[in-house]
Amino acid sequence: MSDSIEDLFFIDPHVHMISRTTDDYRAMRKAGVVAVIEPAFWLGQPRTNAGAMLDYFSMIVGWERFRASQFGIQHYCTIGLNAKEANNEKLADEVMDLIPRYANKEGVVAIGEIGYDDMTDLEEKYFHAQLDLAKKMDMLVLVHTPHRNKKEGTLRSMDLCEEHGLDPSRVIIDHNNEETVEDVLDRGFWTAFTIYPGTKMGNERMVEIVKEYGTERIFIDSAADWGHSDPLGVPKTAKLMLQRGISKEDVKKLTYQNALDAYGQSGQFNQDDWLNRPLIDQRQTFSGNTVLRGGHRPFVEEDMTDNDDDIIIQ
Amino acid sequence: MTNHQNNLNTEKIRNLILSWLSKRLDKDSLQKLTDIASRLIYKAEDWEVFSSVSGVPRFIPKERLNLSDAELIEAKRLRAGWNPASWRTDQIGRTLLLLSLAEREKDEFLDKLEKLFISSDMEEAVALYQSLPVLPWPNELTERAAEGVRSNITSVFNAVALRNPYPSEYMDNVAWNQIVLKALFVESPLYPIIGIDRRANPELAKMLVEYAHERWSAGRTVSPELWRPVGPFIDDTNINDIEEVLKHPEEIQKKAAILALLDSGSTSADSLLNEYSELRVKLKSEGVTWDDIGIQFERINSTGN
Repeated sequence: MSDSIEDLFFIDPHVHMISRTTDDYRAMRKAGVVAVIEPAFWLGQPRTNAGAMLDYFSMIVGWERFRASQFGIQHYCTIGLNAKEANNEKLADEVMDLIPRYANKEGVVAIGEIGYDDMTDLEEKYFHAQLDLAKKMDMLVLVHTPHRNKKEGTLRSMDLCEEHGLDPSRVIIDHNNEETVEDVLDRGFWTAFTIYPGTKMGNERMVEIVKEYGTERIFIDSAADWGHSDPLGVPKTAKLMLQRGISKEDVKKLTYQNALDAYGQSGQFNQDDWLNRPLIDQRQTFSGNTVLRGGHRPFVEEDMTDNDDDIIIQ
Repeated sequence: MTNHQNNLNTEKIRNLILSWLSKRLDKDSLQKLTDIASRLIYKAEDWEVFSSVSGVPRFIPKERLNLSDAELIEAKRLRAGWNPASWRTDQIGRTLLLLSLAEREKDEFLDKLEKLFISSDMEEAVALYQSLPVLPWPNELTERAAEGVRSNITSVFNAVALRNPYPSEYMDNVAWNQIVLKALFVESPLYPIIGIDRRANPELAKMLVEYAHERWSAGRTVSPELWRPVGPFIDDTNINDIEEVLKHPEEIQKKAAILALLDSGSTSADSLLNEYSELRVKLKSEGVTWDDIGIQFERINSTGN
């Protein structure tokens, strides 16, 4: 059949790889994921000083990008102060000074993920401040919509973006569901869905949404992190969509092309990066660390075929 | 303005960089870079300083500078040992911005420079470390350079260690010895380390011999370049190791052992040389140098394996 998944490439435009293992990277690559975007977010444990955030930002532009490259995956990120930690005013003020130090770096595709969590005054204050900064630096914005009170949070997020004069075509609204999709599409924003068991979208529901709303300005991500989540959310959903009769062309838009078009506007997210990337060489190491420990034989990629089964099981 | 521990004329270097870039960039990119550079000298706020340095590749292509011989001579005239032959346009664009920032007060410059290092991504780190030889206040930057040596991404380490005159001029023996040892460890060549012969010292020679022992015990070989800084310190304690290398099946290893012996001048070295006079004569007639050994070994390594 022509609708096989084999020759599709995928982008996971929202995944927190610093919480994932090397096995995940290998599995993602095997499943066809070629590029990931790591939005700056909270780590489960709240940070109590700006230095922790500085090291985190350095990590997602540095080590994590390097680590991903060792598994044949191109890694990008967004930089921003998340809504949860915006509630620590002292921390938030200091982090606001750090963001410009990172936002203009190579491979930083947007300010994000920013937005509301509990919709407090402080969350709103730093949401405003970061939209201002995005405008000033001419950057895309990735908006995280809240788990609770989602619809109101989503509508207000879009109001704020418009109030700051941001073009909706340069803003990605993420974690949508059946209740928010129509408004977000109608107002011209990019409409992202997160395939995340329990709290966000299941992939069967995603199929229904695509059948109803089509594929324009819609794409999916896994938002896999330290919670019960699945870094293969994008390829698995692609497979299900093909099984449910969605055309391959549409699946490609939802799992690759639309994310590329949205984030490609940054000038920092280019197909060429992964189509013409250098071959993997795990002999390269980063800042005193290698992805290999204890005399593991380095995997040096000769071509695009995957012969990296060098894990010894005895 | 001339300053600052190393008598660098940073303004002249900036003008030189601009003259190179004016032949290589389109008019708009050059204008943009010049504007940013002059803002950084005086008035740019912090956020603008940091995002300017980060943002250079957004408007300057990552292309080889390909400096002419005349241009390279000019570089060395302004800063002895400075060799930007392999640099790219975006990298030297970043150097230009650092040099603009360097026109500010010493403390302010050093503070901003350190912040740039701390939050650098990989490409920025390379540009920052390879700029060390043209930055003012070099005595204040030794710790930072040592941190770069600790970095284990090869391109960042190489930016400090290779083709960079800074380490041999400013770093102490402890740091220097780490550079040489680590270069071997990450399989970087030694011949592009500026000052590799001048900074040879007995502690380093001892460490290198120990390292060779460790590798041999694990059934691995060592780079023939390892013996380059050992040569001047060949004595009764390590002459057996050199003899071992002379028995190596590969010609390049044998040649390295002979060169090391020639650098020694000790009586034990001389008597060993007499045993291998044939090889010694051959080496002499071929005019083989340490750099030749390094280049040849690098070639074998990149095509073999």
